[in-house]
Amino acid sequence: MSEHVLSSKLYYAIWIVLMVLTVVTAWVATIDLGPFNTVVALLIASSKALLVILFFMHVKYTSEKLTKMVIVSSIFWLLILLFLSLSDYGTRHLGHG
Amino acid sequence: MSNSPIAVEQHGPELRHHFSTVEQQRDSASLGMWLFLATEIMFFGGMFCAYLIYRLNYYNEFAAGSRSLNLKWGTINTIVLICSSLTVALSVRAAQMGKRKLVVILLILTLIFGLAFLGIKGIEWYDKYKEHHIPGASFNVDDLVREYPQIHIDQSHEQIYFSLYFAMTGLHALHMIIGVGIFSYLLFHAWKGRYTTTYYTPVEIGGLYWHFVDIVWIYLFPLLYLIDRKPLG
Repeated sequence: MSEHVLSSKLYYAIWIVLMVLTVVTAWVATIDLGPFNTVVALLIASSKALLVILFFMHVKYTSEKLTKMVIVSSIFWLLILLFLSLSDYGTRHLGHG
Repeated sequence: MSNSPIAVEQHGPELRHHFSTVEQQRDSASLGMWLFLATEIMFFGGMFCAYLIYRLNYYNEFAAGSRSLNLKWGTINTIVLICSSLTVALSVRAAQMGKRKLVVILLILTLIFGLAFLGIKGIEWYDKYKEHHIPGASFNVDDLVREYPQIHIDQSHEQIYFSLYFAMTGLHALHMIIGVGIFSYLLFHAWKGRYTTTYYTPVEIGGLYWHFVDIVWIYLFPLLYLIDRKPLG
């Protein structure tokens, strides 16, 4: 139910994890991991986004399946936008005809 | 109504006649907000797509531009926004429990965090203005060329990085300004005692908006500030 009241301890715990991940992502960027710097940065950002969506935005506790469907399909649509655009631009050179 | 043979569920004035229950009304409002956020994902998605394409083509200029941003302010601003998301989540919780005073305090804290974010963003933009890093006639990155002799920098490609930087942080800041407006409205009505344990929908969907804007920043921070922070060899 959307009226489910969560414990404030849970919110503080999520907040601490988000703060720690922010410091970790800024710190890990200064270490040379080669191409994995970007991968790690995006994985940390996505973990933070997931925590915000599931707990702060109550998606983990909603009984409304339609809400989850809207979220999953909007991310899917975003991936279509990125993937198809990249497969186009990836096969040509900018500024060289 | 009282002598009607049909049983009528008792409810407060907040329930509109086309909904069966307050729960259904609340779920509908939340679903509608999520649909709006889906359009927002596509709105920002276009910018992220442009960013991705240019970053893959002009990586050097993106790396140099990213190094020129102030990492200290960027990290502090990320922390400020995460704190504001906490106060928003707690204000929705306080509204669910009908704690009017606590809702008002948490909404004020949220507004302070939101304005602090915008203030810090303003400081960063002003620094970029002083450094002639704002795309346009006076755009100049000779300082970056001198500072990073190891990186080959093309002025016009560097301008694309900064155009995207200002467009993306600008669009995000516009959302923050709208968020401050929404939360001022919520604060006024919370202070008036309009929200109850059965009617706190505006706080809840206003909260969804605020968290969404926070998530956009969660991605903007590594994509703009942390492209290449490795020690230059």
